[in-house]
Amino acid sequence: MARSIDPAARAPKAAASRGIAFILKKSAISALVALFLFSLMIGIRTEAGPTGQLIYWTRFGDLAALVAAVFFGSIAVELLRQWIGPSKKITLLPESASGMIATLRRLLVPALLTFAVLVPVIFYDQRYILDLGILVLTYVMLGWGLNIVVGLAGLLDLGYVAFYAVGAYSYALLATTFDLSFWVCLPLAGILAAFWGVLLGFPVLRLRGDYLAIVTLAFGEIIRLILLNWQHVTGGPNGITGIPRPSFFGIPLTNTEDGLAARLGIEFSTTHRVVFLFYLILALALLTNWVTIRLRRLPIGRAWEALREDEVACRSLGINTTTTKLTAFATGAMFGGFAGAFFATRQGFISPESFTFQESALVLAIVVLGGMGSQLGVALAALAMIGGFELFRGFEQFRMLVFGLAMVLLMIWRPRGLIGHRAPSVFLEKPTEISSAMVKEGHG
Amino acid sequence: MTTSRTDNDILAVDHLSMRFGGIVAVNDLSFTAKRGDITALIGPNGAGKTTVFNCITGFYKPTTGMMRLIHDDNREFLLERLFDYRISKVAKVARTFQNIRLFAGMTALENLMVAQHNSLMLASGYTFLGLIGAPGFRRAEKNAIDLARYWLDRIGLTARADDAAGNLPYGDQRRLEIARAMCSEPVLLCLDEPAAGLNARESDELSQLLLAIRKDHGTSVLLIEHDMSVVMEISDCIFVLDHGVKIAAGTPREIRDDPKVIAAYLGADEQAAIEVMEGGA
Amino acid sequence: MDYFAQQLINGLVLGSIYGLIAIGYTMVYGIVGMINFAHGDIFMIGGFIALITFLILVSIGLTTVPVILLLVLLVAMAVTALYGWTVERIAYRPLRQSFRLAPMLSAIGMSFVLSNYAQVAQGARVKPVPPVITGGHTLFENDGFVVRLSNIQIIVVVTTIILLAIFSWLVARTRLGRDMRACEQDQTMAALLGVDVDRTISMTFVIGAALAAVAGMMYLLYYGVVDFFMGFVAGIKAFTAAVLGGIGSLPGAMLGGLLIGLIETFWAAYFTSEYKDVAAFSILIVVLIFLPTGLLGRPEVEKV
Repeated sequence: MARSIDPAARAPKAAASRGIAFILKKSAISALVALFLFSLMIGIRTEAGPTGQLIYWTRFGDLAALVAAVFFGSIAVELLRQWIGPSKKITLLPESASGMIATLRRLLVPALLTFAVLVPVIFYDQRYILDLGILVLTYVMLGWGLNIVVGLAGLLDLGYVAFYAVGAYSYALLATTFDLSFWVCLPLAGILAAFWGVLLGFPVLRLRGDYLAIVTLAFGEIIRLILLNWQHVTGGPNGITGIPRPSFFGIPLTNTEDGLAARLGIEFSTTHRVVFLFYLILALALLTNWVTIRLRRLPIGRAWEALREDEVACRSLGINTTTTKLTAFATGAMFGGFAGAFFATRQGFISPESFTFQESALVLAIVVLGGMGSQLGVALAALAMIGGFELFRGFEQFRMLVFGLAMVLLMIWRPRGLIGHRAPSVFLEKPTEISSAMVKEGHG
Repeated sequence: MTTSRTDNDILAVDHLSMRFGGIVAVNDLSFTAKRGDITALIGPNGAGKTTVFNCITGFYKPTTGMMRLIHDDNREFLLERLFDYRISKVAKVARTFQNIRLFAGMTALENLMVAQHNSLMLASGYTFLGLIGAPGFRRAEKNAIDLARYWLDRIGLTARADDAAGNLPYGDQRRLEIARAMCSEPVLLCLDEPAAGLNARESDELSQLLLAIRKDHGTSVLLIEHDMSVVMEISDCIFVLDHGVKIAAGTPREIRDDPKVIAAYLGADEQAAIEVMEGGA
Repeated sequence: MDYFAQQLINGLVLGSIYGLIAIGYTMVYGIVGMINFAHGDIFMIGGFIALITFLILVSIGLTTVPVILLLVLLVAMAVTALYGWTVERIAYRPLRQSFRLAPMLSAIGMSFVLSNYAQVAQGARVKPVPPVITGGHTLFENDGFVVRLSNIQIIVVVTTIILLAIFSWLVARTRLGRDMRACEQDQTMAALLGVDVDRTISMTFVIGAALAAVAGMMYLLYYGVVDFFMGFVAGIKAFTAAVLGGIGSLPGAMLGGLLIGLIETFWAAYFTSEYKDVAAFSILIVVLIFLPTGLLGRPEVEKV
């Protein structure tokens, strides 16, 4: 009886053993690299000593733990990579579920909206949740505003925080100096921010891609430095305090006789103001969303997207690309300004600390993560990022570290963002969604 | 001294020169294209044809020379003085590109809508009327969709109107680019190698399309092309360029038999070409 | 006049440091077309590594200054180069085929990771270091104002010159330099001709990081402090220098660095030191608008 030697049967076993050795070797190298990287920075801890000189102590235990973590983590990553396979696709759900998923997606938007409206009702007593909701909605609005610039028009803007700051400071100065009401100051702040957007945009829109990005970053930093140093007007590092809170269409939300509570005959509570602020930012955000969706269907919005796809072709079709870019910049800036005005009135005081490059990066990450141009994606991304940020509230130091890592990992995993497609703005028969792989990201 | 032009010219190029540093791409080129004609620019690679195109359509500023576009109401436009986008918007010159430049992430329909941007912008009151949903704009948008639909029918892509332009097959993309140019309602259509990469049947369809465009819309056509079957079949007038200089001009028949042209393409000199022509056939 | 001369010296020294960092930016942009937002933080890490190495060497009893300096230099360069290599492997290589925003955001993320890693690992407070190299030479004296050229300044400039010489030789004469220039021109073709593109790109990042480490060490010796946030501002200034000199051009990066150093020093000396960072950022904007190819760069013609 001959024993059949089936090479196919032998191969998997050989591959498996090769696999294990390979994984172990790779992980060992990773651990070795980690050892060299961390030996000095983690192993030794320096500090300014009591007499001013530098002292240090060793943390070899931490070092060993970290190296071990890298070793085992590397093994885990390799195993994961082999399990996923070369196609990098994770099929968690069978094909038949795709119909169900499509239905879920269509229900998602109205469900989210309803939930958002009901949040103050459901969580009335939990001030923390209400505050978090306001924070999330602020970033959703910022994300939608930046989405016009980056997602629709494809202009790489790394200095969006500048418009946020202009809006906030304009509102603060107008409100404290001229005593104007919120409803007057808000549009003024937006207009000023839009004006600043045009001013800023005009000289730089000739630039492409990375250069545009770094110039907008520089502008953002210049604004921050001016706010920090122009003590006379902006209050310098102390900022502006005593910004009046908004009133309920003229009726103050205070514990006084003509306050809203007294008028309605209910007991006063500071939660009233928080609830009002929540609905205010919700309204502002929804306004941003509505305007964006409308603009997308109008020639200007289509021109923005065409600009992102191919600027040369736009010029050949008679589109004035300069004014098109400026309008994108200005519109995005305006909504950033509105958000800034809201921020000022919600906090009651503002300082340059709130307007750092990290904010711009955060909003940009939200837009890119959401899948550029997608309204729903941006909202979900804001919820995920800000919510995630809040979870790490206790670990102040590690928060930014994890945020940075998250940015890197998310770009590697899903560079196109959560929502992987683009919906056309006009259709003949039926709107077929275009996969993100076809859509250009724009070069500015 | 300008080239003598008849009342029927749509484009008059006078002493056009384009220099890039030390390289002279186009050298003192003068030619005219008649209204309603299909005019072809041919010549071996590197002859400067696309450079001439880029000058006419505003992507390069010519070193010297003048390019006049004359509308049939006798209004003249100096193309070398216009901003690039104004050449399409005001002078009504449209173009296609050698490497197709469609908006790949947008649908075929959207591509055709973008081409009508300027008229729609006006109708939308620079967006404000559109934002509030004014009826004037809605009517204009409907008309724009109708025009787009018309062109989609002409090029046979109605069924794929809602597909991403980047997903269309190559031949369809070429035709879509032409349709997009036509949606901006130009008086002069400049095509840069429209038949590149097309097989014989597709080239034939292209020729029919261009002839139909000329017949039904009166649009003058200026094209750069290497595919001689297309050029010979549809051109009314051909200009031959070599090393940035015009070496021949005439009808297709005249050009076909011109030894200078043959020499240029073969890279030989004129005498050798004449010998080949007389010796052969 | 003497004040001017002193500021001139100070500016050139500061400019040398910026120039070393700028070279890293310009090399990476030339070869992979991306702005390495994390490069400034690599410079900061270099400074920290130098600090820690220095501390260890001193505490184990080493006292000969030149030996200490040499060891610190070598260790800082080696370890920081490893950081540069790791960053490229983890955050940039997987995204090389991807669209433009992805590596940019990845780089920004990496920048946050590095600066916060330094903060978490070593504490947020500024770390001072006693002056190691003291003394200098008085160049000339006038009306009581002394123009001094300190020893540390000499060391910075000399080290920079030596490194530049080594590095120029590397790019012009060695196989690696040739590969780098090939990849800069046409990556696909270089790969087809047998150049190991991945390795060449990695080496570019490694060299850039090593130079940044030297800059970090020089900064530490010159100013006597390192803090975890110095990477951000220095990074932008160095990038400005790279752009000013012409992105992709190595002598341009050094020239740009010197100019930025001079401008910053003179601005702080003759106007106000408050807005000196604004001066650097404004220069960046002005240069990019009016002189996008920089002083020594090559203009790009757009292909239609």
